[in-house]
Amino acid sequence: MLSINITKKLYGAKGEMDLKINLSIKQGEFVALAGESGSGKTTLLRILAGLEEAKGKIVFEDRVWQDSASFLETQKREIGFVFQDYALFDNMSVEQNLLFVNNDKLLAKELLEITELDSLKDRFPKTLSGGQKQRVSLCRALMNRPKLLLMDEPLSALDPMMRNKLQNEILILHKRFETTIIMVSHDPSEIYRLASRVIVLDIGTVITDGTVKETLLQTSGSQKFAFEGEILEIIKVDVIYVAIVAIGQQLVEVVIAKEEANHLIVGQKIKVGTKSFSPRIV
Amino acid sequence: MLETLQNLDLTPFLLSFKLAGLTTIILFIISLPLAWYLSQSQSKIKPLIEALTALPIVLPPSVLGFYILIVFSQIDLNFSFVGLVIASCFYSLPFMVQPLQGGFESLNKNMLEASYIAGKSQFITLFRVALPNIKPALLTALIITFAHTVGEFGVVLMIGGSIPDETKVASIAIYEMVEIMDYQTAHIYAGLMVLISFVVLLSVYIFNHSNKRIGGIH
Repeated sequence: MLSINITKKLYGAKGEMDLKINLSIKQGEFVALAGESGSGKTTLLRILAGLEEAKGKIVFEDRVWQDSASFLETQKREIGFVFQDYALFDNMSVEQNLLFVNNDKLLAKELLEITELDSLKDRFPKTLSGGQKQRVSLCRALMNRPKLLLMDEPLSALDPMMRNKLQNEILILHKRFETTIIMVSHDPSEIYRLASRVIVLDIGTVITDGTVKETLLQTSGSQKFAFEGEILEIIKVDVIYVAIVAIGQQLVEVVIAKEEANHLIVGQKIKVGTKSFSPRIV
Repeated sequence: MLETLQNLDLTPFLLSFKLAGLTTIILFIISLPLAWYLSQSQSKIKPLIEALTALPIVLPPSVLGFYILIVFSQIDLNFSFVGLVIASCFYSLPFMVQPLQGGFESLNKNMLEASYIAGKSQFITLFRVALPNIKPALLTALIITFAHTVGEFGVVLMIGGSIPDETKVASIAIYEMVEIMDYQTAHIYAGLMVLISFVVLLSVYIFNHSNKRIGGIH
């Protein structure tokens, strides 16, 4: 059980704000931490890791990590941390990166096999691809068998194929080590596949906290499909208007009426929804 | 000419290199924790320490030499080799601290934090992670400190004098040769200094350049 009750003043891009978090996370839970950039997600992870100070109390499995009187230093928290930029030790080979944390050759071998890195164990970080580096970083974070693993957007720099593969590996490792995991992620499909609970932060406070299903499968209104998008252009075609809308990575054309065209503007964030129809999955 | 070469007294050069070698070793030991502290600290007194450390770069050697002379006269260290080593350490301090500090500051902060998260102390992190990843800066610090001490003149003149085999280093010897108008020996000494300094600097730049080209140190 991890219980967090902290406050910290942050000076971000949006000016001054208060990070105020009051949460408890069960042993073995896989929590996804979402929210816009600058909402305090990374800072929360860093406070949990003891890399930044905050006011308040953090208790992990009956051990006080910090309260008004004490502060347990990072070295003694026995956690794992996966950085967004991997942060591998450039002067050490893949295997040495793992063994530096904990000189357990059997565990290193097992982790490298799960992540299919065993053939690269003598390579140095500078010669690896992004996906390979991220796997090394993940393995390294698990080398001292942490009870709590913190991951800061671990897969955001990778292409979709590699993401998929690594998501599976994270799931396998989560089951194998029964670690409590807190992962910052923006990708709903990633959160759905990996996490059991989603916490959304906005300007330093928790605005949503629930299971993945109730949080992500939002069906306000009766529409079956609804996508957030941004209008890129509105074109007049004969008597109708067509809006070019960017939804995620895809651009779509949506037919709109003249009245609609009059009050929509380019750059506006909109929601495109559709009601009764049965889509084909190809 | 040949006779001059045969009779050439190389002791001033040996003395210069001995002084520079000792100064470099001592300064490395002192500067490593200092540079590490300066690179990691956000303390309010950090600018004060930085300014004090950089002072020998801007001060005329005679000013530094004057104060050291006064202090040394109290403890009887003037005109001795030991005094020379101590004075050189003050004089060359910024040339060791600044490259090391710059190297540490350029390291990925997350990499150091990853080491702390792995349970490693600052000491282990410094020697196993930080130092091996700043090899070019480390080499620059060592070589520049060495070369700068070899090239020292003003401070040495003020507190070392020119005692043969004790404080008469190469730069002082050249000055003396010129004074007694022995231009031939002065030429040889000066030429040797130019040659050695150039070779040293060239090898530093070649090493750092090849490191950049292969994208890191393995």
